[in-house]
Amino acid sequence: MADMATDPLLADITGPTPGQMLRKRIFGHQGLLIGAVVLGVLVLVAIFAPWLAPHDPYAQSLMARMQPPVFLGGSWEHPLGTDHLGRDYLSRLIYGARVSLLIGTVAALISGVIGTAMGVAAGYFGGRVDAVVTFLINVRLAMPVVLVALAVVAIMGGSLQVVIVVLGLLLWDRFAVVMRSSTLQVRGREYVAAARAVGCSTPRILMSEIMPNIVNNLIVVVTLEMAHAILLEAALSFLGLGVQPPTPSWGLMVSEGKNMMLFEPWMVMIPGVVLFVLVLAINLMGDGLRDVTAPENRS
Amino acid sequence: MLQFILKRLGLALLVALTVSIISFSLLFLSGDPASAIGGETATDQDIEAIRVLYGFDRPLVVQYWDWLSSALTGDLGESYYFKLPVASLIADRLQITMILGVCGISFALLTAVPLGVAAAIRPNSFIDRLALFLSVAGQAMPSFWFGLILIVVFAIQLGWLPPSGASSPVHFIMPTIVLGYYAMPAIMRLTRAGMLDVLSSDYIRTARAKGASEGRVLFKHALRNAIIPVVSLAAVQMGFMLGGSIVVESIFALHGAGYLAWESIARNDLPTVQALILVFSLFYIIFTFLSDVLNAWLDPRMRAG
Amino acid sequence: MGDTLLTVRGLTINIPVGGGTLHAVRGIDFDVDRGETLCIVGESGSGKSLTSLALMGLLGGRIDRRATEMQFDGIDLTRANARTMRALRGDRMSMIFQEPMTSLNPAYTIGDQLTEALLLHRDVGREAARARAVELLEKVGITAAASRLGQYPHQLSGGLRQRVMIAMALMCEPELIIADEPTTALDVTIQAQILRLLVDLGREMNMAMILITHDLGVVARVADKVAVMYAGELVETGSASEVFNAPMHPYTRGLLRCIPQPGKTERGARLGTIPGIVPSLVGGVTGCPFRTRCDQVVDACRQAIPRRNPGSGNHEFRCVHETGHRMAEESPA
Repeated sequence: MADMATDPLLADITGPTPGQMLRKRIFGHQGLLIGAVVLGVLVLVAIFAPWLAPHDPYAQSLMARMQPPVFLGGSWEHPLGTDHLGRDYLSRLIYGARVSLLIGTVAALISGVIGTAMGVAAGYFGGRVDAVVTFLINVRLAMPVVLVALAVVAIMGGSLQVVIVVLGLLLWDRFAVVMRSSTLQVRGREYVAAARAVGCSTPRILMSEIMPNIVNNLIVVVTLEMAHAILLEAALSFLGLGVQPPTPSWGLMVSEGKNMMLFEPWMVMIPGVVLFVLVLAINLMGDGLRDVTAPENRS
Repeated sequence: MLQFILKRLGLALLVALTVSIISFSLLFLSGDPASAIGGETATDQDIEAIRVLYGFDRPLVVQYWDWLSSALTGDLGESYYFKLPVASLIADRLQITMILGVCGISFALLTAVPLGVAAAIRPNSFIDRLALFLSVAGQAMPSFWFGLILIVVFAIQLGWLPPSGASSPVHFIMPTIVLGYYAMPAIMRLTRAGMLDVLSSDYIRTARAKGASEGRVLFKHALRNAIIPVVSLAAVQMGFMLGGSIVVESIFALHGAGYLAWESIARNDLPTVQALILVFSLFYIIFTFLSDVLNAWLDPRMRAG
Repeated sequence: MGDTLLTVRGLTINIPVGGGTLHAVRGIDFDVDRGETLCIVGESGSGKSLTSLALMGLLGGRIDRRATEMQFDGIDLTRANARTMRALRGDRMSMIFQEPMTSLNPAYTIGDQLTEALLLHRDVGREAARARAVELLEKVGITAAASRLGQYPHQLSGGLRQRVMIAMALMCEPELIIADEPTTALDVTIQAQILRLLVDLGREMNMAMILITHDLGVVARVADKVAVMYAGELVETGSASEVFNAPMHPYTRGLLRCIPQPGKTERGARLGTIPGIVPSLVGGVTGCPFRTRCDQVVDACRQAIPRRNPGSGNHEFRCVHETGHRMAEESPA
């Protein structure tokens, strides 16, 4: 008999471990890396705003109004110029990162809790619960978000807290939709049936069998809704019915710059670019996470 | 088929009813609507008079029933600000919004569907990456900012297009782009995913085995199947777009229903706001209902079932 | 022997996979004469379906197909451009696929799909095409054929759909029909019917047929010629009677042991199985691919394997042992 043990046709097909593969996918995904780095930098900027900002974002100076940024012939005293009240643009941008990130995070958290609870309940229990949740999702989708948010903020008064709560209460629909379908998928798997067969309690099955298997999708939706909330806050503030002056919000800065747009287009460009970059970074990260955790679902 | 339509219709009506309750209760979110109408100079007596005049002293259920039954006959109340019937006010403004919505969704479909198909034909090619990049960037672009950039470039710097107003078709070009681009990423992605899915299916291989040309395979056999979900997405997006017209109309000073909504919110004109929320929701409900029916008609499997 | 319709020499199919190349089909040769039925037999994954798709020019763009010679009625398929292949497909050579449930386009009626090939390749009107479709539907045993034309695929059962697929492949009276496991997805009870129908129609229209299957019972009943495929190579080819009566390759021998034969197999006796692991074809493959499962394996199996002819007609097999299986018969087991 031939020495079969060393036959190349029978060589063990060895590959990387799942952990190695995941790491490779993460570090091989440009979008995810770029998004994560940019978002990380912006988060640090928001946290360390008081140390990073060269000036007080609220300090007005009538002597130094509308100074252009350095690259348009301004001085290093105000690297990105000053606005119509003489406030340092760079400092307002830096503090604006706090507003955007705070709104994005907390609103996504609130809507995430509401939407996940509804979606998981609908997917797991099915029947009437599912019918009610699906109906509520339909109702929510039928309501024009911008209009309702504007109206409620206008009635309640535009403060940061109100904007956050209103957005949080409005943006749960995608959480509910995605969590419902993910739960439906997971619920049919053998290990859930096995857990039920051994007599695990419902909360235990939900927490230790269902949740760990849908948390990937949840994270992706969190990033998408963070981006959504940040964009909506900016739009509300731009329309003058969101965060109120003098709070440094990027949407508000675009709105204030709009009147000077003809002569000083940079006043609109700068906050808009920063907003675009932040939302782009979050979306890139979300898309990247989806690709990395479920490469077969890339769409 | 008929049963399916009736079921959908029933659901649509139920959703509409719920939305009407929510938009009605908005009025009472502020606490006392009477003092809102009276304004800051009103005395206690004034407010009491207003309360009786508008019927705010009656039970909520009675008020809702009143409001709903007159809404069903087309009476949406009277605007606090214009002192005109809200229904005719909205009807006047709706035309511009509808034109804008139709233009916007057409723009989105005409750009996103070809792009999605091209991306699906050659996955990971340059055009696929470009499409993916455009869709990611498009989703991140704040529409109000995009609108302002267009105004700066095309109206102010180049002078090609009018910056605002609605007096000619040319005035609608920039608003159409700003309203439409937001729906593009979703439509593009769905077209791409659908085409990729369909192109790897067995019946596409059958078509090729018959000697059908690539063009025929793509457009007759593949797109026909891939487009079905895109139709319903487009209807949903159209519904969202009407709601989103508020931002676009305010940037380009188009005096449509969205602009009216913005003005009315700023003026605390609650009956108008309430009615607009209801009208925009109804449009969404109608569009999704129609898309369900259209979908069922497009897909032979549902047509028979 | 009639005149040769299809000649294949050295057909090789390579598929790029993550971290290497899958050598799915490695240099296979065969011929099909006009009106003849060739059965390609093998386990799943042996490269049968890839071979049939390669003949039709339907492999995906990433898959590398090469051959020293591939001729269909004098047309060099290795050099044929897309236009030439399109003109052949559906007209002179057509294919029936494994999955009747998903091989029909859900968005179009049976009539539209049946007439498509005829309208594409022949200068006929819609009415004539529909008449031909009705004629063929009746031929494949579908009742109320005219009314079926307006139906959609989802309204038909799997068996009916496969009959439609057969009718569709026959629309232009092709000279070669390739059927890739046409009955695998169907109920056992209708498998025989459909196959009988296919073979009868083939004889009636004097079509050559390549029937791909893993069902040796089928092969015994319909084949003129048999090609046994294992892990991307044709290990034994020959006329049906030669291969069945005097199987030479240990693999063929093993396959035949797996089917019970009325009269020969004792009641209650265990059916044969072929133990062992099918080799991975990623990376270079040298020597005999069957050596990981063969009970006759020697060191020479790792070297190039000679092609042997036991001396009768076109019967050929590839094995280091001159007499193939016969050693196995002699060795006390």
